[in-house]
Amino acid sequence: MDFLNALVALSNFVLVPAIAYGSQLALGALGVTLIYGILRFSNFAHGDTMAFGAMIAVLVTWGLQAAGVSFGPLPTALLALPFAILGCIVLVLVTDRLVYRFYREQKAKPVILVIVSMGVMFIMNGLVRFIIGPDDQRFSDGARFLIKARDFKAWTGLNEGLAIKTSQAITVVVAVVAVAALFWFLNKTRTGKSMRAYSDNEDLALLSGINPERVVMITWIIVAALATTAGVLYGLDKSFKPFVYFQLLLPIFASAIVGGLGNPLGAIAGGFIIAFSEVTVTYAWKKVLTYLAPENLEPSGLVQFLSTDYKFAVSFAILLIVLLFKPTGLFKGKVI
Amino acid sequence: MSEPVKNTLLFVVVGGLILLTGFTQSWNAAILILNMGLISAIMSIGVNLQWGFAGLFNVGVMGFVALGGLAVVLVSTPPTPGAWSTGGYGVVLALLLGAATVVAAVMVAQKMPKGRTRTVSLVGILLVGFFVYRAIFDPNVSAIEAIDPAIAGNIGGLNLPVLLAWPAGGLLAAGAAWLIGKTALGLRSDYLAIATLGIAEIIIAIMKNEDWLARGVKNVYGIPRPAPVVGYEVELQQDPSFLARAEWLGLDPVTASTLSVKLGYSLLFLVVLLILLWMAQMALKSPWGRMMRAIRDNEVAAEAMGKDVTRRHLQIFVLGSAICGIAGAMMTTLDGQLTPGTYNPLRFTFLVWVMVIVGGSGNNFGAVLGAFLIWFLWVQVEPIGLWLMNLITVGMADGSALKAHLIDSAAHMRLFTMGLILLIVLRFSPRGLIPEK
Repeated sequence: MDFLNALVALSNFVLVPAIAYGSQLALGALGVTLIYGILRFSNFAHGDTMAFGAMIAVLVTWGLQAAGVSFGPLPTALLALPFAILGCIVLVLVTDRLVYRFYREQKAKPVILVIVSMGVMFIMNGLVRFIIGPDDQRFSDGARFLIKARDFKAWTGLNEGLAIKTSQAITVVVAVVAVAALFWFLNKTRTGKSMRAYSDNEDLALLSGINPERVVMITWIIVAALATTAGVLYGLDKSFKPFVYFQLLLPIFASAIVGGLGNPLGAIAGGFIIAFSEVTVTYAWKKVLTYLAPENLEPSGLVQFLSTDYKFAVSFAILLIVLLFKPTGLFKGKVI
Repeated sequence: MSEPVKNTLLFVVVGGLILLTGFTQSWNAAILILNMGLISAIMSIGVNLQWGFAGLFNVGVMGFVALGGLAVVLVSTPPTPGAWSTGGYGVVLALLLGAATVVAAVMVAQKMPKGRTRTVSLVGILLVGFFVYRAIFDPNVSAIEAIDPAIAGNIGGLNLPVLLAWPAGGLLAAGAAWLIGKTALGLRSDYLAIATLGIAEIIIAIMKNEDWLARGVKNVYGIPRPAPVVGYEVELQQDPSFLARAEWLGLDPVTASTLSVKLGYSLLFLVVLLILLWMAQMALKSPWGRMMRAIRDNEVAAEAMGKDVTRRHLQIFVLGSAICGIAGAMMTTLDGQLTPGTYNPLRFTFLVWVMVIVGGSGNNFGAVLGAFLIWFLWVQVEPIGLWLMNLITVGMADGSALKAHLIDSAAHMRLFTMGLILLIVLRFSPRGLIPEK
């Protein structure tokens, strides 16, 4: 019984949140990794792209709510997601046309593109703040929980409850669908194959008649879709705040690099590695250990390795360790 | 127009803009822009040293600036009575043990042969070290934080003159930069960027959460001023000789005292800026500077000529970060308080980058010019945006939601404008206003 209680407490406080957070990071990291693989630079504006997409979703959700449209127990934001993705696609394509294309034609060094993406980051950040303001916005509705802690206790008769938020379940389902679609696209369709060819060897791809501008355009479209999805899921799970998306940049980059920049599979693995380590290191283990430890040996402190404010430090430490011992990432990414 | 004439003209224009603020808004505002401009110029020199001279992509400026601010608290504030005896030494001991653990782990990782023994001993050292560290660290920290938490709860400082805190800030930032550089400089530019971005966030997280160090988000107020040069308004207003001078200038005592305090800071900052600018210029012209640019332009060739690229990179990374630390210490002194919650990477890292790139990377004068210009715009875009929004919305009905929203949002024009300026400069004049020679 104690063991089951410990297991439930562990799932409730560590596994479920970490899986949801890991899916969000994985979607974000996929975007970063695709940009790196095709356009060959680290996109600092990615966090703000996520914020922009999520902002449109918030606005459309409000509009739908005002019009009386709802999605039953599911959040209305899911209905708004396609519109948000469209809006975000328009934004990134316009940005590419006005900003990045010039440097691509010049064959500018990657670091110049990184600085350019810094400028884009400023502009997107300013746009989001200008349109929706810098404050917290709540836009989740529908049923809050898939499984309530109290119901779970009643069903199982355990002391510990397991709560699964609707947003967490949706996050996992949507992330799985998005990733499956992406991999199907990259591996099975002609366009996806041309993207991978372009990423592998630009010159060879050009020689075989692949149109680079088309590859770049499709990359941006996919990235916008992934970024918006990640942004909306994160916003549903926590809350929408522009600055938080900027701060997500660090764990997202850490995920992409840990997995191997340019490698989509690695981005997913990296997302979960970062999420699980952040949650486990900052979780107070007292409850779980009290169930597991024999009588009289319960821990006296909270058994929390680091306070939750240091979660950045965790992703960073993992990033450094991977970079020092395996610079290409866990899955073989590009060497930069 | 010849090169020097054009450059002088650019400086005159920026100076004119600041003077214009003085005439049209208030002299207080103008001198405030000047003071922060001077500090920003020092940060720009630091970043320019790293990026312009050596091509190092450091986006952790905020962390070094914040460390400079921390140094001010640790050097110049009075010590909290009893803090050292109750827990200070214990904390230091714990930190030393923590450092020893890391050093031991690194030694094991480097010296022992690869294999299971190495992994086991590595994990063992780290785990034991961590728990011993926490066992000593936690009770001592609670002891310090229990002392008078409403006004203190930290170990306080050394009660030394605040001017000494400026070089101390540089040293603290240099120490941190050495640690980061040692681990991250071997990596390529993108990784260095992410690494520095992360370390800056961690430094801020530490400053926010370690209350025993500098009170965390409870902030430290009342940092002493650099005494003879910068006085206190209240004392000045009672000083007869000061009142006589104010009257001679035709100013009322309150205005005169605030202006005198701010100008005192300007004078000190100007001296520091001139010294650092001179040093940076000498470095640029010296064989060392030529070597740095050679490494920047072609690392492989420089390495083939026998230059130790990683070592040189570490050297200039530490130097540039130290300059940012000095600027951070000066800024905290100017504010008179340390507020870790206000450090924001957009403002303290990326804005400095905009300054360097707009001014002209690789050129010290360009960096200084960019700093003044961008800081002026950063301050003035808000009122200009408000004015613009009022102009745009003049035709709309009063009380319409769009009008209210547009006017409220004018404050967020800043980031947008900065991004636009950066992109325009990068596109049409990528070498900046005063290009590298």
